[in-house]
Amino acid sequence: MSGLIISGGLVVSGGDATAADVIVDEGIVTAVGPGLEIDDREVIDATDCWVGAGFVDLHTHLREPGQEWKENIESGRDAAAAGGYTAVLAMPNTDPVIDSGYVARQVKRGDGVRVIPSGAITMGRLGERLAHLDELWEAGVKVFTDDGDTVADGGVLRRAMEYIGQLGGLVAQHAEDPGLCAGGHMHEGSVSSRLGMMGLPSVGEEVIVARDLKLVELTGCRYHVQHVSTAGTVELIEAAKRSGLPVTAEVAPHHLALDHGEVSSMDPVFKMYPPLRTPDDVAAVREGLANGVIDCVATDHAPHAAFEKDVPFEEAPRGIIGLETAASIVHMSVGMDPTQFFDRMSHAPRRILGEDGAGVAVGATADLVVFRPEGTWTVENLRSRSNNTPWLDAKLEGVVGATIVGSDTMWRRSG
Amino acid sequence: MSSLLTIESLTRQDIEEMIGLAGGFREVLDRDVPKVPTLVGKTVSLLFYEVSTRTRLSFERAAKALSADTLTFAPGGSSVAKGESLKDTALTLQAMGPDLMVVRHKATGAPWRVAEWTGLPVVNAGDGAHQHPTQALLDVFTLHRRLGALDGLRAAIVGDIRHSRVARSTSQALVTLGAEVTLVAPRTLLPVDLTEWDVATADGIDEVLGEVDVIYLLRIQQERGGGDVFPSIAEYVGRFGLTRDRAEQLSADALVMHPGPMNRGVEIDPAVADGPRSLVTDQVTNGIALRMAVLYSLLSGEGAA
Repeated sequence: MSGLIISGGLVVSGGDATAADVIVDEGIVTAVGPGLEIDDREVIDATDCWVGAGFVDLHTHLREPGQEWKENIESGRDAAAAGGYTAVLAMPNTDPVIDSGYVARQVKRGDGVRVIPSGAITMGRLGERLAHLDELWEAGVKVFTDDGDTVADGGVLRRAMEYIGQLGGLVAQHAEDPGLCAGGHMHEGSVSSRLGMMGLPSVGEEVIVARDLKLVELTGCRYHVQHVSTAGTVELIEAAKRSGLPVTAEVAPHHLALDHGEVSSMDPVFKMYPPLRTPDDVAAVREGLANGVIDCVATDHAPHAAFEKDVPFEEAPRGIIGLETAASIVHMSVGMDPTQFFDRMSHAPRRILGEDGAGVAVGATADLVVFRPEGTWTVENLRSRSNNTPWLDAKLEGVVGATIVGSDTMWRRSG
Repeated sequence: MSSLLTIESLTRQDIEEMIGLAGGFREVLDRDVPKVPTLVGKTVSLLFYEVSTRTRLSFERAAKALSADTLTFAPGGSSVAKGESLKDTALTLQAMGPDLMVVRHKATGAPWRVAEWTGLPVVNAGDGAHQHPTQALLDVFTLHRRLGALDGLRAAIVGDIRHSRVARSTSQALVTLGAEVTLVAPRTLLPVDLTEWDVATADGIDEVLGEVDVIYLLRIQQERGGGDVFPSIAEYVGRFGLTRDRAEQLSADALVMHPGPMNRGVEIDPAVADGPRSLVTDQVTNGIALRMAVLYSLLSGEGAA
């Protein structure tokens, strides 16, 4: 037999973290405990590492079908494995849009890193007519979103919530009021006022979330706020959770780490929607993630080719890649303990998807990541097809040492 | 100084040196033969992505008065219409061997990118609503010729501040030279956040008339008057236009400036534009001398830091 032993790490499972080895034989976790026998198994040395269930990203743009020069499903899965992710939720803003069961089935891939399709709420993500919601549901879609655009019409969103709520699905919103944010390229504030660029004000996000929460109250549909970026949104979610609404939220690593001052360089690598906000907003989303008002991290991995970003800021496409750097950036920005860290990166996204796997359980198929919090690495030779990250060539703390699914070790890095 | 991209990067001394240099070139323009051989053999490339009359002509005139050659690019009917990127256009022009590029573009930061891509000295001739440094320098040069030092000068800038690169640059230059600046505009045309600006604001032009030494009017784009950011042109003129009646309330020595092109009868009454207070044509002529000073500084390796 050719099994695997992950030895000497801190195993994070549920709310506990205990020193233990993990044995994986024929793709199944067969033992978890201290001082296990190595026999002839391959050894992954996990000294000073955290070992837990693979990370799950609720916000990945894989660009396939339609924009394969930026990324495709294979390169996106490779990048995910390098970032410690064993499952990604593919956003539906592909060409064609994932608004039918047929397209959803093309995107869904089962082996190794799982690709879970999300489905559009409206046909073509145009915000007008409902997408093929039953077909999408039958194809395995659990999360519905028009991500990249907002379902701006309250009547359309209400009917979507009623329909999707009845199916048992989740409505996720990219919150950006089209009127308030029209023509905007960056956060509206002191920096945009100096640079003379039109801004996306914080209230452009907050008025949509506030309205949507009233519709959640009305319809009872489960609702998820994508890439929370402002202190005001954190407050709205906190109040909604306190009143018992079925609401969850995610935050992107870059919103935990960077603020709008970066845009002073006018470098398009800092262009994304929602935009980088103020230092106060950064502090609020960090606190929200640490205290659980924001349930999880989601990368908003948005690949763009180098030539597409090599233009003036206002003409550049929005978004940065995130899968390969997310764990390091979250670790460096928020500094959570191992159980919190795994909750926000792995367990909470699984709960939002309605899945088990919040830990390392004997008898389950291996779905594991080994993370060395004090290790360092340099951001280079990325597996994504695109390089649009402000951390290119940076030295980061927190190394994804191994990513394992079944009997496949999909990623190893020392350091 | 390897490029002139923004007023923010200039110290008071930099600006004063440029004013001094421009003063010398202003005398050249008054000679019988208004031309010097200073930049013989140099080529200035003009890369203008936005329609421009006075700025482009002014740079051309400045380059030729210094005996430099010019290479002018305008996107209409060019490779841009065929989809060429700014980078490729800049690299193509660079391959033709200019010594400096003057860049105007509708996007903030475009001249910075051209400087990165080409490694050439770049003069920003206007990027989006961000900066227009030679306009700001010619404005303070014009005031300086008339008034001397600008410390304590009370200036009001009236109009569409939010979308104006002139307002951003000229207010910075005035503040750097010790002037007190008040911005006058409807709230919809003021920048959202003025914490970095070191300026005052006023809600109507009547508030500042008796209290300013210079009033600087900005062009109001007529298409904004359809209820987009103010209800109508008539209502704008009612609260912010420099009418003949209002001009009479200005102090005796107060001066009036405008970067052009003017909307006569909107932000400025024709009689005021052509009257004795107006520096509008001085701004145009002084602009040539100032741009000569900028080209000279960047291409001779002398001048401002």
